[in-house]
Amino acid sequence: MKNRRTAVRKRNRSGAIAAKRLRFLLAADQTGFPPEVLAMLKSDLYRVLSRYVDVDASGLELSVRRTDGNTTEEDVDFPAALYTVIPVRSLRLKGTVS
Amino acid sequence: MSEVIVVTSGKGGVGKTTTSANIGTGLAVLGKRTVMIDTDIGLRNLDVVMGLENRIVYNLVDVVEGNCRMKQALIRDKRYPNLYLLPSAQTRDKSAVNPEQMIKLVDDLRDDFDYILLDCPAGIEQGFQNAVAGADRALVVTTPEVSAIRDADRIIGLLEAGQLRSIHLIVNRVRHDMVRRGDMMSVDDVMDILAVPLIGAVPDDEAIVISTNQGEPLAGTDTAAGQAFLDICRRLLGEDVPFSLPNVSYGLLGRLTSFLKRA
Repeated sequence: MKNRRTAVRKRNRSGAIAAKRLRFLLAADQTGFPPEVLAMLKSDLYRVLSRYVDVDASGLELSVRRTDGNTTEEDVDFPAALYTVIPVRSLRLKGTVS
Repeated sequence: MSEVIVVTSGKGGVGKTTTSANIGTGLAVLGKRTVMIDTDIGLRNLDVVMGLENRIVYNLVDVVEGNCRMKQALIRDKRYPNLYLLPSAQTRDKSAVNPEQMIKLVDDLRDDFDYILLDCPAGIEQGFQNAVAGADRALVVTTPEVSAIRDADRIIGLLEAGQLRSIHLIVNRVRHDMVRRGDMMSVDDVMDILAVPLIGAVPDDEAIVISTNQGEPLAGTDTAAGQAFLDICRRLLGEDVPFSLPNVSYGLLGRLTSFLKRA
């Protein structure tokens, strides 16, 4: 419980806020998508995923990484990849999925 | 075989010139024949940071335009046997030189030096294009701030688009105490966001201000930043130097704690 509280507090510190803002900003810069569109993409992702699992919306992150250049990913033949961090409160599936 | 390194950042004020001065000095301390070139035409500063401002006769634009020979424009730093500076012009602007001329200028120096260090101006306009044109590798300087990292990302994109493949990151002005309490992005955060390999992190150190005041670079001196810069130089030479952020203490309490730890 205490660990969780420290984790929550750390997530709200300005360093973590800066990192989160940056990831979103760079995703907008690199894709050329307007920030509103990215925000919509994020909230749609959240909506779809939360049909299955209990997603923590405040921790959801979206970023873009170039896959060429200096990155170490192997066998990539696309220029960039979208990455998401989707924190879930529990891995239990919600209800029955039809 | 000589290597041409451009020190760049996009954003101004993150410590490009200080980094150039200290890496140049560090490489010379390690015995490498090094020339630093200030490519910020119209806003020269590397001479001041190096404390060589009173020895300028000719400059980069004079060399490019053929007003003098290269040897006449190079300032030898008497404190270090292997270190030279090619100062920028103060009364001209970026358009005085084009990328082809920069490539030729740099190539003319390759035979005489192990390392040619280009201090790049801020921004992504012609001054940046000039500085990058002749470079074999790039060091991107950033600080752990949103604006500086955003600009660094843009610069990295431009360098990669320009086929420059060897790009390394320097995270400058790290406040270890602030990182520890969560109020500053860590070096790992910055690396993760920019996805470029790190060549060094430099702590925010008062000694840098003092060194700039005096015009005496501190690479290799017994200061936290001085050691961090020398570590970067060693890594440039291919040495495997472990990454350890030296603990700089702030305020009386911090200094007392680190003193007690040392005792």
